[in-house]
Amino acid sequence: MAIDAATVRKVARLARIAEPEEKLEQLASELNGIMTWIEQLSEVDTDGVEPMTSAVHMPAPMREDVVTEGGDASKVLSNAPKTVDGFFVVPKVVE
Amino acid sequence: MTSLTKLTLKAALDGLADKSFSSEELTKAHVEAVAAARPLNAFVLETPEKAIEMAKASDARRAKGEAGVLDGAPLGIKDLFCTEGVRSTACSNILGNFVPTYESTVTANLWRDGAVMLGKLNLDEFAMGSSNETSAFGPVINPWRSEGSNAKLTPGGSSGGSAASVAADLCLGATATDTGGSIRQPAAFTGTVGIKPTYGRCSRWGVVAFASSLDQAGPIAKTVEDAAILLKSMSGHDAKDSTSLDIEVPDFPSFVGKSVKGLRVGIPKEYRVDGMPAEIEKLWEQGIAWLKEAGCEIVEVSLPHTKYALPAYYIVAPAEASSNLARYDGMRFGLREEGANLTETYENTRAAGFGPEVKRRILIGTYVLSAGYYDAYYLKALKVRRRIADDFDQAFEKVDALLTPTAPSAAFGLGENADDPVAMYLNDIFTVTVNLAGLPGMSIPAGVDVNGLPLGLQLIGKALDEGTLFSLGGAIEKAADFKAKPAKWW
Repeated sequence: MAIDAATVRKVARLARIAEPEEKLEQLASELNGIMTWIEQLSEVDTDGVEPMTSAVHMPAPMREDVVTEGGDASKVLSNAPKTVDGFFVVPKVVE
Repeated sequence: MTSLTKLTLKAALDGLADKSFSSEELTKAHVEAVAAARPLNAFVLETPEKAIEMAKASDARRAKGEAGVLDGAPLGIKDLFCTEGVRSTACSNILGNFVPTYESTVTANLWRDGAVMLGKLNLDEFAMGSSNETSAFGPVINPWRSEGSNAKLTPGGSSGGSAASVAADLCLGATATDTGGSIRQPAAFTGTVGIKPTYGRCSRWGVVAFASSLDQAGPIAKTVEDAAILLKSMSGHDAKDSTSLDIEVPDFPSFVGKSVKGLRVGIPKEYRVDGMPAEIEKLWEQGIAWLKEAGCEIVEVSLPHTKYALPAYYIVAPAEASSNLARYDGMRFGLREEGANLTETYENTRAAGFGPEVKRRILIGTYVLSAGYYDAYYLKALKVRRRIADDFDQAFEKVDALLTPTAPSAAFGLGENADDPVAMYLNDIFTVTVNLAGLPGMSIPAGVDVNGLPLGLQLIGKALDEGTLFSLGGAIEKAADFKAKPAKWW
């Protein structure tokens, strides 16, 4: 399955990365190079093999559903690009 | 006081304990070494005032008889670890001037034991790279040079700053992280010791995430014993990381120097790859001979799916990265590049903030997780990952550990592999299998190549069996008697 400029445009849109039109062809060729190399995985017989989703054999631990920390808006906001009166300022979301 | 920077961590701790020198003297010597080594570009932020302040506090603790196991030892911290009140960037423009209001668990453990921070170390952007060339701060320069050449070499990556600063005696040890080889390959390229412990040994809390099922912290150090001391301090259960293992941390330093007589060491035949330099093949044979002399039994083993580890990794890691890096949206922290609307602001922010390699991996990750490709790529890779882990399980029925080369070459020139992503990815061919399986792996300097550049051997252990690696690593270190140091040119 070759990746073309249209696919790169779509994927970049999904990833929310602005890629200029003139770069799409070059990116498609780079990604194709990588994906072609990855294609060799199809040689491996994986019938009946359970996908490995975690590197460690342990059940997910449960914790008490209690508040552990919080209540410090100034800390939360200290790295925000824009704030007003203890709130994040973001672009208009609802028209 | 330059001689203080030549000490190993262990020797420095002994010197502090018997009051041969103070932490302030030790730290000052290192602060000066760091300032004098700026041509290496190993540090992206020096924190000399903080270092001296921490050193003075350490001396005061020691005077009261309250010194911890690392008390007064100056260390470097990879800039992937969040440090409270000290800029942490992952060497990406998208984090810009991010100043965490919290401390990563691993670094908090080091400070608990009394260590001193010299500053933050350079790395590939978001730890994505094998040469340190993707850093927004520019590459680290390897303190090592080929004999008779002034060409700039890579220290490897992603923990290039950690490895270079330890090799150049700028710090007594450094934190690092390893997602596909990022501790072990730089250690091999710089003549240092690096260990990636079992997945879950070190908390990932407060470490900027790359691929969460593969990321693991560990130390880069001057000796096997130093690495053991550091890893013991860094490890331990942390409720804030749900994959952190709730088990006791062994006394790693006590394993160094233990007899390795009777241990069975496996040699995986699939690691003899085409085009591997003869010197590396020779070094591997030498390592086998050393372990035989030390009383180990050498067993040939097979890890049949080895060649599929890198392609599987380049699905799993970018998939996880594309999800982890979705948080950089320009809203709550980091860079924001305004656009005409919300989506455009996201797109402009991420276009401006991420470098080309990070974008490439996010695009691959997004592609393999997108509708129609998930089963063919992502699910397939997870099944191959299981096959790779099963290979190790079978091998470890017959042996106690494995011995391989760490990397397929010595340090290469900056820019040499920059135009071919796949060629760059192949650097991790011997290291990446261990991350997929969650196992511990360690690189030990074992010799130099024809140009005088260091080469490393890798030991791979069973899950949770770092102890055996420290014993075997100690045996190789003793036999190799690796004393070479880079000639100071900076």
